[in-house]
Amino acid sequence: MIKTKFKLVGTRPLRPDGVDKVTGRARFGADISAPGMLHALILRSPHAHARIKSIDTSRAEKLPGVKAVVTRDDFKLPEREDLVDICRNVMAREKALYDGHAVAAVAAVSKTVAREALKRIQVEYQVLPHVTDVDAAMKPRAPILHKGMRTIGAEPAAKKDSNVAQIHTFGHGDVVKGFAKADIIIERSFKTEATHQGYIEPHACLATYGADDRADLWCCTQGHYMVRNACAGLLGMEVSHLRVTASEIGGGFGGKTTVFIEPVALALSRKAGKPVKLVMSRDEVFRASGPTSSSSTDVKIGITKKGKITAAQAILRYQGGAFPGSPVQFGAMTGFAPYDLENVHTVGYDVVANRPKQAAYRAPGAPLAAFAIESVIDELAHKIGMDPLEFRLKNAAREGTKSSYGPTFGPIGLEATLKESKKHPHHLAPLGPNQGRGVACGFWFNFGGQTSVSLNIGEDGTVSVVEGNPDIGGSRASMCLMAAEELGVPYEKVRTVIADTASLGYNEVTDGSRVTFAVGMATIKAARQAIAIMCERAAKIWDIPAEAVVWEDGCAKPAGSNAGNFKPMTLAEIAGSAGSTGGPISGHSEATADGAGVSFATHMVDVEVDPDTGKVTVLRYTVFQDAGKAIHPAYVEGQFQGGAAQGVGWAINEEYIYGEDGRLQNPGFLDYRIPVASDLPMIDTVILEIPNPGHPYGVRGVGETSIVPPLAAIANAVSEAAGVRLTHLPMSPPRVLKAMMENGKGAA
Amino acid sequence: MTKTAVSTTINGDAAEFLCETGETLLDVLRDRLDLTGSKEGCGTGDCGACSVMLDGRLVCSCLVLGVEAQGRAVETIEGMAEGETLHPLQQKFLEHAALQCGVCTPGFLVAAKALLEVNDDPSESQVRYWLAGNLCRCTGYDKIVRAVLDTAKDMRSARA
Amino acid sequence: MVKVVLWGSLKKAAGGQTEVEVEAKNVREVLDRLKETYPKLSADIDRGVSVSIDGVIFRDAWFAPIKPESEVYLLPRLAGG
Repeated sequence: MIKTKFKLVGTRPLRPDGVDKVTGRARFGADISAPGMLHALILRSPHAHARIKSIDTSRAEKLPGVKAVVTRDDFKLPEREDLVDICRNVMAREKALYDGHAVAAVAAVSKTVAREALKRIQVEYQVLPHVTDVDAAMKPRAPILHKGMRTIGAEPAAKKDSNVAQIHTFGHGDVVKGFAKADIIIERSFKTEATHQGYIEPHACLATYGADDRADLWCCTQGHYMVRNACAGLLGMEVSHLRVTASEIGGGFGGKTTVFIEPVALALSRKAGKPVKLVMSRDEVFRASGPTSSSSTDVKIGITKKGKITAAQAILRYQGGAFPGSPVQFGAMTGFAPYDLENVHTVGYDVVANRPKQAAYRAPGAPLAAFAIESVIDELAHKIGMDPLEFRLKNAAREGTKSSYGPTFGPIGLEATLKESKKHPHHLAPLGPNQGRGVACGFWFNFGGQTSVSLNIGEDGTVSVVEGNPDIGGSRASMCLMAAEELGVPYEKVRTVIADTASLGYNEVTDGSRVTFAVGMATIKAARQAIAIMCERAAKIWDIPAEAVVWEDGCAKPAGSNAGNFKPMTLAEIAGSAGSTGGPISGHSEATADGAGVSFATHMVDVEVDPDTGKVTVLRYTVFQDAGKAIHPAYVEGQFQGGAAQGVGWAINEEYIYGEDGRLQNPGFLDYRIPVASDLPMIDTVILEIPNPGHPYGVRGVGETSIVPPLAAIANAVSEAAGVRLTHLPMSPPRVLKAMMENGKGAA
Repeated sequence: MTKTAVSTTINGDAAEFLCETGETLLDVLRDRLDLTGSKEGCGTGDCGACSVMLDGRLVCSCLVLGVEAQGRAVETIEGMAEGETLHPLQQKFLEHAALQCGVCTPGFLVAAKALLEVNDDPSESQVRYWLAGNLCRCTGYDKIVRAVLDTAKDMRSARA
Repeated sequence: MVKVVLWGSLKKAAGGQTEVEVEAKNVREVLDRLKETYPKLSADIDRGVSVSIDGVIFRDAWFAPIKPESEVYLLPRLAGG
């Protein structure tokens, strides 16, 4: 049964880690040091694609103050198949596969010495032809990154090496028949450029590896258990011999869900016998962490004159960097998810190219597909003169709809977000000249996963919640709220801490919008277990059966007059005598959280396009999203706003620009421009709450869906304002101006 | 490497340190003085996470050399609260949930304090342009701007 | 018997069908039977899959119960950001 009446959940208390974070006291990845610590730096390939013929580190090793140098020779290819590409990405082996690929690393007594040592490492490269564009990488004569890579899922079976790692197909019905029934068909092609998650904190870690083969690692990550398992695998360690502590994390958005520098720091520390600190520069973050895919997509949708979709099809090609594993299958699954479709077919191509291996970025793969598909949806609505919201409502997925990826939807909130948008003042506000309004829908699965929580009742009646997921956006506050709600104690009585990998059972990464859902569920279960124990203790004290005791308002009470007439015992009273009534009281939950609820959003945005320059200004933005239940509404709004703002950057500013030489030309925040405060308006939010039956409070995840609609919503707004359909992101001034000029629009 | 001795004032207290001449003020603060509240997000003056006040002027400490602090007064995030009492901006950032990950927060607070010292009644636009040198990737700036405007309002009425 | 719907890419490995029937009462049995009946599916299943039961997606839940009338979809393994 889903709880619907709350005392604390839904309020906005101050976050428990807040004072640390406004005073500079909070410790992020680069904020700690160890006695005798060395500083490490990584030498990176300047070539997009090159055979590494030799690496001579002898001159670096001879430099006074250099304590260790590592190269490919220090990393054995792991047996675990899922770690092989990670190993190859962490340190290049036969070939450097992208500009920025790590080739060697040094640890020295100071950064100055380490810098000098890097200069003394001689690498002999044989430069090879490279390819960075997704369509070019798919061409028959493209330079091949991986000898022996054959396309999985190709029909007929692939006989030649290819940069296409895998083909994924989804869908149901018969699109040929569906298109035959259509009165209007629109077919368009779209491109998007790669972006970076743009977390403000670069990757950083401190590794301490002992002569006893035990190691400690401090790092900023979305998942320290993942770091532990990956590093242990890469270094040939037993997982229990590596303890990983997660620092406070300065943003991740999916980009800190794998390892880059952590295994290198450990290998250096092992070799040097001293603690090693390794911090990426911003340049390295851009060149050598995990940006998004770039993409090329063809969409074809057919409708009747009355606006009913008869068939929908998309072919998506995602370049995911130097190793297989772009999120194209998620694009192919999610793009049409907002619609109730009889005939739908999607194909996704997972393509490798000479770029850093992509990492997740909020709802990985989904925004690119939504951009292409929601653009065509918008165009179709305009073509038949129907309000785009009305058009979407007419075709919207609802409870009982067979989703575009197969399963039948349970209760979902898409329709609620659309109806709410229709009646919102934003929808009715007038627009000025050169202005346009765009809407788009977005979908993300969300998930649960393996989660451990311990909840300890202190002898003075305070409570500590011990969880294992780095707090990336206020999740400690949500855990405190849920624990306090269950236990019936004030929010301030609960403290939530993030345990290291040795102190708590396994936890999956802080991703998939899973934390408030899965860790929240575990917290609630742990609290309920602690309550059951406290009721037993009260029952013992009163000498009545445990079943005759209930928990209400933070107290154990007799269930009724039959049970006896006893004064309720508060949590603090029970906790105070715990030592005499049976010992410490704790609740636990160690489980794989199932039952995550999917989430939908509708975004509405107004823009103005400068006809002289093509510059796009975002004037107004409103997010409508189903949260299931907002535990701490301020941080739910924050997720909505942050996703929208990142979407604005993706849509109009941000792109990885590669030169002819295959080198990244803009690895810095000056030339890779993420939105700043003066680029944005206030971002209004409307939280819908359609409970997820899979969570005791109805929680769905909220972190990822918010980045799915903005690319399309903004493209639809810009297209209206510019009078021409924009099909290539980002819609930077030159691109917008060019599109306008080619179509006889614009001032010039 | 020869180091230079520098005498300076940090958050009102006299401080002395030795540093290489090429070291940034940010590195000195973080690595030599253990004042890690100022963050390095870029090292090129683009993100504002290392914002400090130098003789009353807002600067990116990654663009200032440590030796340039000689004889000058540096104010960092660590000096913003007075003992147990948070600065009104710090309090409002918490009340407005104006931080998610919190890594940009020290820089924003130092920059916002500098704004309110020169303009106690900024418009939304003025706040947005003043803070345009500070990058936040989590919040979309909405709650940050509101927190600054709300602080300004409270500070004005407290004076009135 | 339980009807299991495969995603498009798996059609070939399952002998040209996207709907197959297996005798199973939980996720693990579904996966085991599929691998036994269609050995070519083993590679995809071992790379990691999710299973949707009546609209709820499970990633790692061998013993999630499946009833004969359950709607069961095999999906790629989900990941997030």
